[in-house]
Amino acid sequence: MKDSNKINRRKFLKVFGVGSIGAIAAMTGCKNPLKKNADLYKEQVEPPKGKMTYRINPHTNDKVSILGFGMMRLPLVGSDQSLESTAPVDQVALNKLVDYAIDHGVNYFDTSPAYSQGNSESATGKALHRHSRNKYYVATKLSNFDPSTQTREKSIEMFNDSLKYLQVDYIDYYLLHAIGMDGMDSFKKRYIDNGILDFLVEKRKTGKIRNLGFSYHGDVKVFDWLVANNDKYHWDFAQIELNYIDWKHAKEINDINTDAEYLYNELDKNGIPAIIMEPLLGGRLSNLPVPLANEIKKRDPEHSVASWAFRYAASPKDVLTVLSGMTYMEHLKDNLLSYCPLKPLTDSDKVFLEDIACKMMEIKTIPCNNCKYCMPCPYGVDIPGIFVHYNKCQNEGLMPQNTRSPNYNKYRREFLIGMDRSVPKLRQADHCIGCGQCKPHCPQSIDIPKELQNIDVFVEQLKENNNI
Amino acid sequence: MIRKVRITLATVFFIFTTLLFLDFTGTIRHWMGWMAKIQFMPAILAVNAVVIVALILLTLVLGRVYCSVICPLGILQDTIAKIHNIKKKNRYTYSKAISWLRYTMLIIMIAAFFSGLGSLVALLDPYGSFGRIASNLIQPIYELVNNMLAAIAQHYDSYAFYNVDVWIKSMPTFIIAVSTLVILIVLAWRNGRTYCNTICPVGTFLGILSRFSWLKIHIEKDKCVKCGLCTKGCKASCIDFKNYKIDYSRCVVCGNCIDKCHKDAIHYNHNKTGENTERESNKSGDSIDTGKRMFLLSAAIATTAATLAQNKKKVDGGLAVIVNKVAPERQTPLTPPGSISAENMAKHCTGCQLCVSECPNEILRPSTDLSHLMQPIMSYERGYCRIECTRCSHVCPTGAIKPISRSYKSSLQRGHAVWIKKNCIPVTDHKSCGNCARHCPAGAITMVPVNPNDEKSIMVPAVNEAICIGCGACENLCPARPFSAIYVEGHEVHHTI
Repeated sequence: MKDSNKINRRKFLKVFGVGSIGAIAAMTGCKNPLKKNADLYKEQVEPPKGKMTYRINPHTNDKVSILGFGMMRLPLVGSDQSLESTAPVDQVALNKLVDYAIDHGVNYFDTSPAYSQGNSESATGKALHRHSRNKYYVATKLSNFDPSTQTREKSIEMFNDSLKYLQVDYIDYYLLHAIGMDGMDSFKKRYIDNGILDFLVEKRKTGKIRNLGFSYHGDVKVFDWLVANNDKYHWDFAQIELNYIDWKHAKEINDINTDAEYLYNELDKNGIPAIIMEPLLGGRLSNLPVPLANEIKKRDPEHSVASWAFRYAASPKDVLTVLSGMTYMEHLKDNLLSYCPLKPLTDSDKVFLEDIACKMMEIKTIPCNNCKYCMPCPYGVDIPGIFVHYNKCQNEGLMPQNTRSPNYNKYRREFLIGMDRSVPKLRQADHCIGCGQCKPHCPQSIDIPKELQNIDVFVEQLKENNNI
Repeated sequence: MIRKVRITLATVFFIFTTLLFLDFTGTIRHWMGWMAKIQFMPAILAVNAVVIVALILLTLVLGRVYCSVICPLGILQDTIAKIHNIKKKNRYTYSKAISWLRYTMLIIMIAAFFSGLGSLVALLDPYGSFGRIASNLIQPIYELVNNMLAAIAQHYDSYAFYNVDVWIKSMPTFIIAVSTLVILIVLAWRNGRTYCNTICPVGTFLGILSRFSWLKIHIEKDKCVKCGLCTKGCKASCIDFKNYKIDYSRCVVCGNCIDKCHKDAIHYNHNKTGENTERESNKSGDSIDTGKRMFLLSAAIATTAATLAQNKKKVDGGLAVIVNKVAPERQTPLTPPGSISAENMAKHCTGCQLCVSECPNEILRPSTDLSHLMQPIMSYERGYCRIECTRCSHVCPTGAIKPISRSYKSSLQRGHAVWIKKNCIPVTDHKSCGNCARHCPAGAITMVPVNPNDEKSIMVPAVNEAICIGCGACENLCPARPFSAIYVEGHEVHHTI
């Protein structure tokens, strides 16, 4: 009680303070152009309060903020924020983010027992517990990926632990986590054979779960099965990947993917609201290849490149919320700027983004993220070094592709010199003998010898096109 | 005036000829490649009649201006002597020509030329000597400076400069270059153009011609006060002021004496006896004359240059350690494409190292074999003879490497690949490879099962010698180290396939 009192007081002071500053600004604004300019700066980076767009969940009439807070990558103590970091969650920073989000109208928080090396639920619980329970909806998942957690007892234990760590009596949104991964057999093992799905449906009846849904990756058969059995399970929501690439081009990224257009329409037909994950396609849509980023900036120089992806993901009317993992305050603020309030995309905006998507698909980067698991190559080839240089030129639009382009000679020179600078000559692609030792080590399943030989052929052509 | 024109032209020639040897990017040669081709010995070796005739005419008209303006070794001597002059002026004296040595050197040169001792010719050729100095001693410095700039450029994400490897291509040639430079410095420091006028056979030959040149330096007896300044300023030691005599075989028309003379007693003109000048004492008339001659001199040089320029147009994870390749002992050395044959190379090459300085793939290096000493051979440890490159053939001033086109080169067989089974990775490591076959531009390598009776056995390369051109892509890119499992054996005579 004491805590919530304090917060109320603080909030009161805040509101009062901002209000009075606002009033003073309004009074003196016309007289003092300097102050007005200062406000302009602020508007550009500070999201307004009380402008959040909300969507209504038809099943429970929940009023859900269009921005959902993803709790997958939480701020960590120290400077190493990588996935491998074993540092504990920076609770102070997280609390600050959550407070700011709630202050600006965010009320959906999505976590899982698997996130942040298992620390996400308790950290989320600590952050949210400082706010009154009716201020937020919390979502978590049955992340029984490990075979040891797939027994009925262990899975139920996982559910109960979630309640405990989140410090709540009920869970607002509960998901079957990542159905479709490893196909139908895995799904049956995790949720059907052990009777857990029936258990969860039961829990919904008792009110321990307010909305039951699933998140989907991978094999579309599982998705189709769940949707087909909607009459039996009455899904309150489903979580899918949706962004302007995945809408029509998911298959071009990976064969096992399914276009978001299909998924969304299937849910729509069955009256299941959609929760969107991966609005930025793993960050790729906030860090576009330079020429495409420029194109977007040209259309709207005042907003971030990422904002387009967020507006796109929120534009379909049956989207309940768009999840974004926000490790840093500037990400949170930028996302809030896109959604306070949401300006839905116009038809011409959508055509524009589809065009960007098509162009992105034309840029053939190699999905190497420089993890170096493939190394060392027994023949001394610097595999990631070659891929990094190649991708850099692709992303920056500096590829010498068209020999008739006026920039060809410049790009050609820069590509070759750049390659020599980043990779010693004896470690370049022409020294790959194709033994394939690296191949099984690549977590991205890149056909490394094939890609290296493609680059080798490309480099060979560049060298031969020397007109000096 | 003559001196100023001479210094200006000499500077231009010297800078660009030197740059020709320094520039590893292959840009300068497009504009200044002709400067190597108008050199005397290269013209002789290339049987370039136009240049030979032009140079002979030039000498017959103007005297040995070739030695003081075109020959980079001559200008190098002047430069060294000049440095000494700054400290100690008017230090020269008249000396008699050491004729026995001069003519012996000339005869050795001619004998070597006709008996096919290419290396000896190369050793005596002033242009070749300069080339070896520039290529072995100056180019590395130039490259190191470039590499420094490249490091700076990289820091600022600029591509204006790129890094190049600096390496000694052959010890014997390097030592010859150093010795030549030392001898040159000692001689030039002490007595100006001693090398030029006693050892250099080209100087001696042109000296024979310049005795009869139309324009010469003359001393006017009636104006001369015998102060001796002209002799003291003559780096060729050829002015005997006491007798008003000049040894025209050694005079390189540098013009120093004319500038030195207070009494305006020395002139550069056509005057057979040297005594008729008394009539021409009018100063203004004289200066007009000089102007005319200057024009003639520069025009003559410029025309020669222009003719030659046109001529030219015609024609984390961590990295595995990589062991450096070791050059195989080739039974027949590899000569660069365009060299026609080992014999042609031996006959025409003057060992100037211009092709070696030019080679962007680090293949060419001077031979260490005594009979071909300093002449270029190819080896593929650092790179291979890439199909788009014909640079060495276009810079060669002597016709040792004849200009070839890309398409001609792609069908020119200068050697053939030989497979060494015991080094081959599929045999030693049981790993499929095929890097040689994948990179063969001629498609001369096919992968075949190592066991002819077992289609499924591991694949090894088989070379079709008939269509192999000997470029060395296979040898260079072979993963077997330090000894490649496939190497190129040279052909004595190149032919097209």
